[in-house]
Amino acid sequence: MAQEQAAVTGRSEAASGWLLISPTFLYSVLLLAAPLVAVLVYALTLKDVGGFSFANFHEVWTKPIYQKLMGRSLTVSFSVTLVTVALAYPVAYFVSFHVHPSKKSLWLFLITIPFWTSYLIRVFLWKVILGYNGVVNSGLMSLGLIDAPLQAINYNVQAMILTLAHAYAPFAILPIFVSLEKIDRSLLEAGQDLGESRWMTFLRVTLPLSMPGVIAAVLIVFIPTVGDYVTPDLIGGGKLPMIANMIEVTMLKQNDRHMGSAIAVTAMLVVAVVSLIFLMLNKRFLRGTK
Amino acid sequence: MKAPALRVYTIAYLVFLYAPIVLLPLFAFNDSKVIAFPLQGFTTSWFQIMWADQNLWNAIKNSAVISTSVAVFSTLLGLFAARASTRFKFPAKGAALGLIMLPLVLPEMIVAMSMLVVLLALGVPLSIFTIILGHVLLCTPFAVAILTSAFQSLDQSLEEAALDLGETPLSTFWLIILPLVMPGIISSLLICFTISLDEFIMAYFLGGNEPVLSTYIFGQFRFPQRVPAIMALGTILVCLSITLLAIAEYFRRRGIAKAGGKDTGGFL
Repeated sequence: MAQEQAAVTGRSEAASGWLLISPTFLYSVLLLAAPLVAVLVYALTLKDVGGFSFANFHEVWTKPIYQKLMGRSLTVSFSVTLVTVALAYPVAYFVSFHVHPSKKSLWLFLITIPFWTSYLIRVFLWKVILGYNGVVNSGLMSLGLIDAPLQAINYNVQAMILTLAHAYAPFAILPIFVSLEKIDRSLLEAGQDLGESRWMTFLRVTLPLSMPGVIAAVLIVFIPTVGDYVTPDLIGGGKLPMIANMIEVTMLKQNDRHMGSAIAVTAMLVVAVVSLIFLMLNKRFLRGTK
Repeated sequence: MKAPALRVYTIAYLVFLYAPIVLLPLFAFNDSKVIAFPLQGFTTSWFQIMWADQNLWNAIKNSAVISTSVAVFSTLLGLFAARASTRFKFPAKGAALGLIMLPLVLPEMIVAMSMLVVLLALGVPLSIFTIILGHVLLCTPFAVAILTSAFQSLDQSLEEAALDLGETPLSTFWLIILPLVMPGIISSLLICFTISLDEFIMAYFLGGNEPVLSTYIFGQFRFPQRVPAIMALGTILVCLSITLLAIAEYFRRRGIAKAGGKDTGGFL
């Protein structure tokens, strides 16, 4: 087939492939790769004086304010990831193992619908729900359960975690579901025929085999939540900025592209390192269970 | 259908997923300026207030232009990449596709900021056009993913037969391949449109002073008295995106049925 095509067009397969992918590839080079390189160059040069220097990075990595913000971003996104994936696993398991195959797409459709409704409005709804005069407080007060609004539920890190866990829930379910679907059901029967209990079969067969899906879910939730901008602004009331808010303030309000770039590159490095650790854990885990 | 505990848990989970969204229509029709219980009675005045706001219509006009252009351009770029990756073997294919799919695994804020830095340095004025540039970058990976699965389910012997019967590669693509991947193209258009419509960060930072739907909504949050009207707008948006999704799902299933496959999954 490849030779046939080459005979018709007079081009090699490699040339045809590159020619075909080039518009999309060039677009990504110009609008993604080049800007990322530009940010790296900004991060490695000094404001006003210019010249190559690691000083920006040194400042970002040692100043307490940046460390605190990075720490908060990581705490929030680790917690969100843990909550989201742990809550999502049983749902994915239920749909994959206990729902009739003809009804599976309906269940997945139901799970994905909330994800496709405006992200901003969903985040804002949590502010409305948890706010001082919000739905929870006014509801509890009109039921007579409390006399004064609860202070502890709004404008804190927990409220941010709840909001983000809700926003990213479908993202975690889908990859876990896909990996559970791939498991050969006869392995589970074999486990039980050989005298394992259902629980032990789950722990020793199902869970390890679904690990690639769990890791994918972890990354899909972790990466965007580290860089989330809207939730700290709306739910945190602007008092609990995360790294994305810091990048905005430095780049635009203080107009310091060099420091802003250094923060952005640092955030990217952190995300990359954490992702690599998860991927390596996955590899080790799979090898260990062989 | 065993495991009643899991079933109860899953239903409780769905209730948690839907609970905030159910509040939208509840308070959109509630006759009170504050979003709080108890409900005060039925009204449609929030919909009228929302409808009468000229700024909203400007934002909708801009968003319509942006999302339509993004859907078309991303799907076109997606077609090139998906066709190349399913049909040809070529050196550095993994690296090229990796770069194209990279926006999926980068925090959006970083992509937006690096584009902004370059646009400012080049002196490009921020406008609807720069939002489109950014959104196409974000949506293309989704288009590539959807279209790759559409191309993968194609039977290559159909293409070989057309070539053997004397068609050129171009007419084969036009007459045989395009109609078969059409369901994939339509669902890619709809999904890119929806993502672009909903996207906030790029629209906020790359748009200059041009309002779009998401930045309009964000701006309204600053004024507590505008919130019920936003609830009304949210109700309409939820209904719209469910309709769009149902259409996309219909075409996706028809595509799978056409290719003779079995359906077990959803989007992505």
